[in-house]
Amino acid sequence: MSTVTDDKRKAPAGERVADWADGRLGIYSLAKANMRKIFPDHWSFMLGEIALYSFIIIILTGVYLTLFFHPSMNEVVYHGSYVPMQGIRMTEAYASTLEISFDVRGGLLIRQIHHWAALIFLAAMFVHMMRVFFTGAFRKPREINWLFGFLLFVLGMFTGFTGYSLPDDLLSGTGVRFTQGAILATPVVGTYISFFLFGGEFPGHDMVARFYSIHILLLPGIMLGLVVAHLILVFYHKHTQFAGPGRTNKNVVGMPLLPVYMAKAGGFFFLVFGVIAAIAGLFTINPVWALGPYRPDQVSTGAQPDWYMGFAEGLIRVMPGWEINLWGHTLALGVFIPLTLFGLVLVALAVYPFIESWVTGDKREHHILDRPRNAPTRTALGVAWITGYVIMLLGGGNDIFATHFHLSINSITWFVRISYFVGPVLAFVITRRICLGLQRRDKDKVLHGRESGIIKRLPHGEFVEVHEQLSRQELHTLTAHEQYAPAEIGPSVDENGVERKVTRGQKLRAKLSKGYYGEGNQIPKPTADEYKEITSGHGHH
Amino acid sequence: MSSQEIPEKNLPSEQDTAHGAVAVAEDPFADPGLPPHKPRVQDIDERAAKRSERTVALLFTLSMLSTIGFIASFVAFPVEKIVYVWPLGHVSALNLSLGVTLGLALFCIGAGAVHWARTLMSDVEVADDRHPIEADPVVKAKVMSDFAAGAEESAIGRRKLIRTTMFGALAMVPLSGVVLLRDLGPLPEEKLRHTLWGKGKQLINMNTNEPLRPEDVAVGSLTFAKPEGLEEDNHEFNNEIAKAALMIVRLQPQDIKDKRELDWSHQGIVAFSKICTHVGCPISLYEQQTHHVLCPCHQSTFDLSDGARVIFGPAGHALPQLRIGVNDEGFLEALGDFEEPVGPSFWERG
Ligand code: HEM
Ligand code: FES
Repeated sequence: MSTVTDDKRKAPAGERVADWADGRLGIYSLAKANMRKIFPDHWSFMLGEIALYSFIIIILTGVYLTLFFHPSMNEVVYHGSYVPMQGIRMTEAYASTLEISFDVRGGLLIRQIHHWAALIFLAAMFVHMMRVFFTGAFRKPREINWLFGFLLFVLGMFTGFTGYSLPDDLLSGTGVRFTQGAILATPVVGTYISFFLFGGEFPGHDMVARFYSIHILLLPGIMLGLVVAHLILVFYHKHTQFAGPGRTNKNVVGMPLLPVYMAKAGGFFFLVFGVIAAIAGLFTINPVWALGPYRPDQVSTGAQPDWYMGFAEGLIRVMPGWEINLWGHTLALGVFIPLTLFGLVLVALAVYPFIESWVTGDKREHHILDRPRNAPTRTALGVAWITGYVIMLLGGGNDIFATHFHLSINSITWFVRISYFVGPVLAFVITRRICLGLQRRDKDKVLHGRESGIIKRLPHGEFVEVHEQLSRQELHTLTAHEQYAPAEIGPSVDENGVERKVTRGQKLRAKLSKGYYGEGNQIPKPTADEYKEITSGHGHH
Repeated sequence: MSSQEIPEKNLPSEQDTAHGAVAVAEDPFADPGLPPHKPRVQDIDERAAKRSERTVALLFTLSMLSTIGFIASFVAFPVEKIVYVWPLGHVSALNLSLGVTLGLALFCIGAGAVHWARTLMSDVEVADDRHPIEADPVVKAKVMSDFAAGAEESAIGRRKLIRTTMFGALAMVPLSGVVLLRDLGPLPEEKLRHTLWGKGKQLINMNTNEPLRPEDVAVGSLTFAKPEGLEEDNHEFNNEIAKAALMIVRLQPQDIKDKRELDWSHQGIVAFSKICTHVGCPISLYEQQTHHVLCPCHQSTFDLSDGARVIFGPAGHALPQLRIGVNDEGFLEALGDFEEPVGPSFWERG
């Protein structure tokens, strides 16, 4: 064995460090598999990155905030530098938020970055999820990663909620009260949950301290784990890609992690951070000093939660105040139904991949993304879901709309109530039609070529537009998508004439499958024969 | 569900031409393979490449300058300095300059890196093979037999007694954790049913902190009151006011439609809980012609001339009324506690 001194050439320092690490961590094998890993490129793949980077920004700024924030509900009389609040009783939590905003240099900026990044984090996750949904990227083998992403979104909502409750200002306290009222509406256990969560009656003396540990430790800890798992799975499954020449279900085409993807993704982190920092410098978010500390007997008008809680707000606002009193118990349906719907709307997202894979019965891996038009029913369902979500989001701002547009709050409420049921149905029907129209157009393009804009006069005087044949690449791209045949229940007797048992599940599935893939619900893609007949028969005109 | 249930023929056939495969002449839709790489200007023109290099370097330099600007702003601007900047309005000079310089410093690094990647790094697309996620049958068989061997060696299948007691122990031990959560809070008991109000408690004006006389309650205005003895510096102030907050209005006795409401009023002065029965926001808006009060949170509207019943919005029941009278000194006083729980509904409310 040779020792270092025997070596003719001394390895450069970097290599020696890497050698040292490899001897302990096996980094070379890791790098061999990943350093030149291929990543396909598409603008929509950046949405997840925005979410990831804003999460990192939130953690960085959050740690800074913990250095100054006092998570305590002890009451103090304020004597700090923000004059309008001097002499007012408030909790230490609120007082320290004022201090971060008015005494710590740069503290306000970090608070604003933290809050803006939280809003952007949730928005990015939401849009990223939509991207995954509409392109079918959730299909096998990525269902678990869909669930991880879903959990991140839901946990993000609650982390955000506990976060903006911490300053204990009038607005956030009102939000907490709202949550407590909703908890109370839970049958049987609601009152107990409320007392256990708040350490007694509302608001109690423990809320901020408890929300603090949930906000900075419990939820972010779980989320960090989920983010890591999410990314490991992305690496392990390799990224999906859109169909195109040379791109198949068995390969992944793009540019290597080192250097291109690393530079782009790394650069993109700085772009996101830069934009958020500038926004935080320019636009005030959550000016907690404007409204004063929380008091359960005071409120400001036009109170709004952060956007991601808006649809829950809408649900609770437009629900009629049904209440049942029976056998000495009260069932506050007017609050409990919105609470349940809030959960169901989210759960519908979580389980969708499993429903679709049950309907298709497809157990193969899918790495080629669908164009949304090529999965009309899925796309229409997605748009219907978003429509319902957005309608409730708007419902959450009914008072704002009423005052800004001079409408009656009563008519807005009724409008929201009705459109919550009608809107998604309409959206479903319209979206599916649009998808089918686009499919037809693709088919025409494949068979007849693209309109070139050149008008030609035929010998007998007729004018026709010259259609340009598509290239082989385009032909392939437009015909690469898979189309399912609807599942049949099959004959009710088997080949021996014995009656087959058809379960209710099978019937439902056949029905759904027809709804997804039956006649009229997708346009059969052009076949090679159709193409040849048209191109050879009519020539190119 | 097993894949057997859906016949294979329903599943679309996969396009599995390998990348780079020469298209089969018969199939016009076959995969023609990766198109050839198209060089960028920078790939063929060294001058263009140099220009890109300078752009990237310029961006990185701008970033350095911005960081210097950040540090300079931190030192230069006092934290309390407010400046007027169009169109933002009056803003903190420090916050604005720190945000903009930090934003620029970060953004320029990002823009530089992305520009570098797009113009100077190779943009040749490469294909990598995918491998099925599922293990092949040999691997699976090995894992199964390893597992069977491990299970066999542990004898967990044969020694039922061990197995059962182990599951029992594992199932029970988390109970300790659950039990430990018991002291998170006291039990609700009757706490939500009682407030600080009680017979003989005077109504204290929230604004002046003085006991209210009937003459202090003007027609058309909403007066807020708290029970005598509850002071802001009281440790339990927030918990108590969350239940006891009261609103008082004066109506014409003949306008009061509800019989009980009239009985519980004093010369047309009625006192209702200020806490909305929906999810507990304090009610703050009063419309004097209609005697309606509105909760600003979700717009529940209550008619104070008719037992404070809900006339609009998501609240489920009327606001509880407090029975009031006048004591010997001529001050308004409560004649008891609320007869029903105030605030949002809960299961035990009944
Ligand atoms: C992952 C998701 C997170 C989200 C969505 C989030 C969101 C928020 C929001 C919206 C606020 C209110 C800020 C305001 O306007 O005052 C807040 C406050 C706060 N957050 Fe976070 N946060 C997250 C993670 C963290 C982490 C990891 C930490 C610390 C390690 C942290 C520490 C804090 C502190 C100390 C406050 C209170 C300071 C203040 O409000 O001035 N947060 N958070
Ligand atoms: S809390 Fe009053 S309407 Fe919701």
